[in-house]
Amino acid sequence: MFANIDLTFWVGAFLTVAIFSFLYKDNPVYKLAEHLFVGISAAYWMSVGIWTTLVPNLLCRLCPGWVNSLAGSDCLCPPASHVSGYERWIYLVPLVLGILLLMRLSPKGGWIGRWSLAFIVGITAGLNLLRYMQSDFMAQVQATMITLLPGWQGFGHFFGNLSLSLDSPLVATFSAWVVFFGTFCGLVYFFFSKEHKGWFGGASRFGIWVLMVTFGAGFGYTVMARISLLVGRFRYLFGDLIDMMNS
Amino acid sequence: MFWERLLRLDRRWIFLFVAVSVLLPLLFNLECHQVPTPIVRGIFDKLESLPPGSHVLLSFDYGPSTVPEISPMAHAVIRHCLERDLKVVFMALWATGQNLLTSTVDSVVKLEFPHKVNGTDYANFGYKAGNQGVINVIATDFYKMFTTDISGMPARTMPLMEDVENMSDMSLIISFGGGFPGIKEWVQFAGDVAHVPVAGGCTAVSAPLLYPYYPQQLIGLMGGIKGAAEYEAMLTHTYPKFDPLPKRGMLAMGPQTVAHLVIMFFIVVGNLAYFLSRSHKAKA
Repeated sequence: MFANIDLTFWVGAFLTVAIFSFLYKDNPVYKLAEHLFVGISAAYWMSVGIWTTLVPNLLCRLCPGWVNSLAGSDCLCPPASHVSGYERWIYLVPLVLGILLLMRLSPKGGWIGRWSLAFIVGITAGLNLLRYMQSDFMAQVQATMITLLPGWQGFGHFFGNLSLSLDSPLVATFSAWVVFFGTFCGLVYFFFSKEHKGWFGGASRFGIWVLMVTFGAGFGYTVMARISLLVGRFRYLFGDLIDMMNS
Repeated sequence: MFWERLLRLDRRWIFLFVAVSVLLPLLFNLECHQVPTPIVRGIFDKLESLPPGSHVLLSFDYGPSTVPEISPMAHAVIRHCLERDLKVVFMALWATGQNLLTSTVDSVVKLEFPHKVNGTDYANFGYKAGNQGVINVIATDFYKMFTTDISGMPARTMPLMEDVENMSDMSLIISFGGGFPGIKEWVQFAGDVAHVPVAGGCTAVSAPLLYPYYPQQLIGLMGGIKGAAEYEAMLTHTYPKFDPLPKRGMLAMGPQTVAHLVIMFFIVVGNLAYFLSRSHKAKA
């Protein structure tokens, strides 16, 4: 029944139960698991950073021979990843910027790291500005400018295919109107230059309802996500028992 | 009095109810019938419509904390791609994605499709640091970022990559994730720029944030374990050979349903207790 169980399983099981024990109340076993998680995560990220970023993206470009001689083979810096000529020396720039960034650890020389930060902020802003403008603003505005009678082929077709199936004309038309009114009324709610009275107030109140439905859907999805994780942990803890019961 | 006592109910009872409502359906294999929604069907239909030999890029942009939600959909999509003889290019924008990607290749690709050849039918390019910058570069030149796969095989010499220069040569991009960088960045830096169809499989928490991109910028989205279950249902219905394989998405929907009913019950009872105790106080 409990075949293939090794030490790593028991460590994982202990830590899972230790974290779950917080649901009863805070206790030293939970604290131990929490500290282990923080410590191991930090070490893991540091090691991942070195082996997946620093070594292949910087050291293998600048001095592949040295890295390979240290490793004893060319598995870390395969020949296809080598760069030559002036391209190689361009990598001195990120090396210097990286060293400057580390100066933030120094109490007196912390300001030197601002040069690297400025580079990071500038690159990120430059990359994101255009793409957000295009994909999150223009394209999203465009996506709400939809026909309110999608696939309209006359009343005969509309009433002839009257059903609640997802691809029926009724549901498609209803969805289009919900998107149109939902977006419009949601925007009205956030428009504060006019008093929310009369038809404007009504639209604003409908906008609040749309927001509430959105938050409700978000909550439902969050519950689904958390239950999925719980299912994953239970499958880990009781996998053999579940398989035996279901076989 | 009863309602006031109910309002003071120790929340550990609720935790216990939720735990039992998840465990029992798991033990008794409670399955729920899945009706595929258009948003998930969009991905399935797109993969069905691609001619064999088309390139599909699968990006593993997630970590161990979301494996129960994301892995079932990733496994189902990989099975579908390889069954349809599509050429699969694997990569990761998350450092933690590389380990998950490698273990997925070992457990799904190598085990279930032993005839598929690395470098010819699929390739694992692993993780590259740089977030959306990586997408920005491979949108114009794939080899500038990925010179070799994770085993050191030169990318340019792979038969798989013969017709691939940049992102435009991909027939479909599917990102599995939901955090940053993830589906949103693929839409912004690949789909909207290179005009390549983008789809996604994400955690349930991030699904509402990604819905606005459907259907114009995302051809489909698998939101949480429900999306995975729908995809598995379509896959096993179309390809019955996958039926005996573990369907983690569909198996998780039984506990999901019961747990949701329990939580809804507590929400209704909690509100009822609140309003009734308030009216009781007002009368007193």
